[in-house]
Amino acid sequence: MKLNRRAFIGTATAAATLSAPMLNAQGKPRVVVVGGGAGGATAARYIAKDSDGAIDVTLIEPSRTYYTCFFSNLYIGGFRDLQSIAHNYAKLASDYGINVVHDWATGVDRDAKTVALAGGGSVPYDRLILSPGIDFVEGAVPGWDLSAQTAMPHAYKAGTQTALLKSQIEAMPEGGTFVMVAPPNPYRCPPGPYERISMVAHVLRDRNPTAKIIIADPKANFSKQGLFEEGWNKHYSGMITRIGPDFGGENVSVNAATMEVDVDGEVIKADVCNVIPVQKAGHICEAAGLTEGNWAPVDGHTMVSRMDENIHILGDATNQGDMPKSGFSANSQAKVAAMAVRGALTGSRVFPAKFSNTCWSLIDTDDGVKVGASYEATDEKIAKTDGFVSQTGEDAALRKATYEESIGWYEGITSDMFG
Amino acid sequence: MKHYLVALTLALAPPGAALAEEVAEALGDAENGAKVFRKCTGCHQVGPGASNRAGPHLNGIFGRRAGSIEGFDYSDAMDRAFGDGLVWEYDQLDAYIENPRALVSGTRMSFRGIKDPQDRHDVLAYLREFTANPQDIPESAPTALKREVELSPDVLAIVGDPEYGEYLASECLTCHQSDGGDAGIPSITRWVEEDFVVAMHAYKQKLRPHPVMQMMAGRLSDEEIAALAAYFADLE
Repeated sequence: MKLNRRAFIGTATAAATLSAPMLNAQGKPRVVVVGGGAGGATAARYIAKDSDGAIDVTLIEPSRTYYTCFFSNLYIGGFRDLQSIAHNYAKLASDYGINVVHDWATGVDRDAKTVALAGGGSVPYDRLILSPGIDFVEGAVPGWDLSAQTAMPHAYKAGTQTALLKSQIEAMPEGGTFVMVAPPNPYRCPPGPYERISMVAHVLRDRNPTAKIIIADPKANFSKQGLFEEGWNKHYSGMITRIGPDFGGENVSVNAATMEVDVDGEVIKADVCNVIPVQKAGHICEAAGLTEGNWAPVDGHTMVSRMDENIHILGDATNQGDMPKSGFSANSQAKVAAMAVRGALTGSRVFPAKFSNTCWSLIDTDDGVKVGASYEATDEKIAKTDGFVSQTGEDAALRKATYEESIGWYEGITSDMFG
Repeated sequence: MKHYLVALTLALAPPGAALAEEVAEALGDAENGAKVFRKCTGCHQVGPGASNRAGPHLNGIFGRRAGSIEGFDYSDAMDRAFGDGLVWEYDQLDAYIENPRALVSGTRMSFRGIKDPQDRHDVLAYLREFTANPQDIPESAPTALKREVELSPDVLAIVGDPEYGEYLASECLTCHQSDGGDAGIPSITRWVEEDFVVAMHAYKQKLRPHPVMQMMAGRLSDEEIAALAAYFADLE
């Protein structure tokens, strides 16, 4: 199974680590979690909480303040402030005894079972959980790379990028043009680009009603399409134009210096350009040799890597089957992995894996919609068992209740992640 | 503001039945109050056969000392209110249902409150009817009220495995808050187990309308529902 082992740490370090096997000084098994988002923070918290101190948990996350991607569109739309989507790791450290390390994990030595840190040194593990989220495939949109992200923000990792995009939208000249280059499947948060379009339209309708919104989209169809298109017609009539693949929406290049977007030979001058590039698993997965193509394959029963039985991988970075890449999915997968890891290290009971996901989107004030499904693990993949989606033509009271439900969910999942 | 005076006066003099009926009318629209009370029925029962569920029954609530129902497991905060001598009269009830934690911080009643004064007015008029004639409202076994779904005794008799429930519950806690908060999404902690089981089966049979809950309950076995009920019943 271990085909692509990496040994990037000096042999002396590796040998020293190997001589200190399963147990640390306190005699506890060690779990290291890389990535403090919906997958990693949840996994770390559940393992620490449910093992009652029997497992030593280290969480490696570079950011001291974590901004959730979910609800970051609502910040762009003016429904939330940035502080309301900001979280920190203080409770995970103080209430759950998790060793929180703010550093970049740069590589994994799978033979020595250590994680290397950018700041120097390495952290040994008995089980490793990787939940690194996404990175972008450079050059996938010709003319765009990370050096262009200030002129043309992706805003697909929340925080300064989101704030930058919001300020650019608010500074657009009267009657200006907003262009989104939408990503191909699979990508983080399937309805995310279209909720964002709704929020941009919401802002522009009030501040800049003659402005235009153009989406260049390589996909023939997208998540909740009927619901979004109904909402756009109702709330933002005439503002939004989507160029699908039948009109060249998959053939896009950009020039960040001139703010030009070339859609199948037709050049559009953009005032704001939001490029959401092709995505892949967070870099550490590739560095550890755990990817096939852009993603890291896992076994849905335990979320264990199909390439290393001591490493579990969660969330957006994985190729697991039918679940969308979402914070809800990562949180759901984290609980399955946490249970499996505890079972392996302490012999606690392990129950059959169950997964679920719901994605809420806001189209306009009090007009919320949702889509969701339940899943189970098969040997082949995580397979969808049942699902639901909001209907077009729902009454205003139901849409308002759906939006309010999403606010409740945000409180629920963020306390489930951060304590 | 007339109703305040009426209610306070009432508290001083033991009311006759006829007087109480008139007063209930003066208090507000009890018919609308019955509708408003649906927000409360997840946790509270009132009327013939009412018993304690996640919250205490509300028969005879007017003039009752806070935290005084024998055998009900109150929060420490409500026990303190009992010690402090809080008595449920109109003004106290009005303040409490407007914002429970403002009056009794630390109460287990995780309810956001009723902000509309008329709705509070009406629901208290409705509740007042069940204080007026307490002799007509005998308390009896929980089964005296009709259940939302009829379940076989075998299903109700399943003893849930709380450890399995704890794992299954992790899925619920993505949306429902473990501290019992109910903003946008209802609280599911500290329900009487039977109520929890009945509610989940009502979703499973698609008698309750919510699509997410229909899906979540739809794939749970009878044992899994019992396990969840056992876990959440004791979640602090």
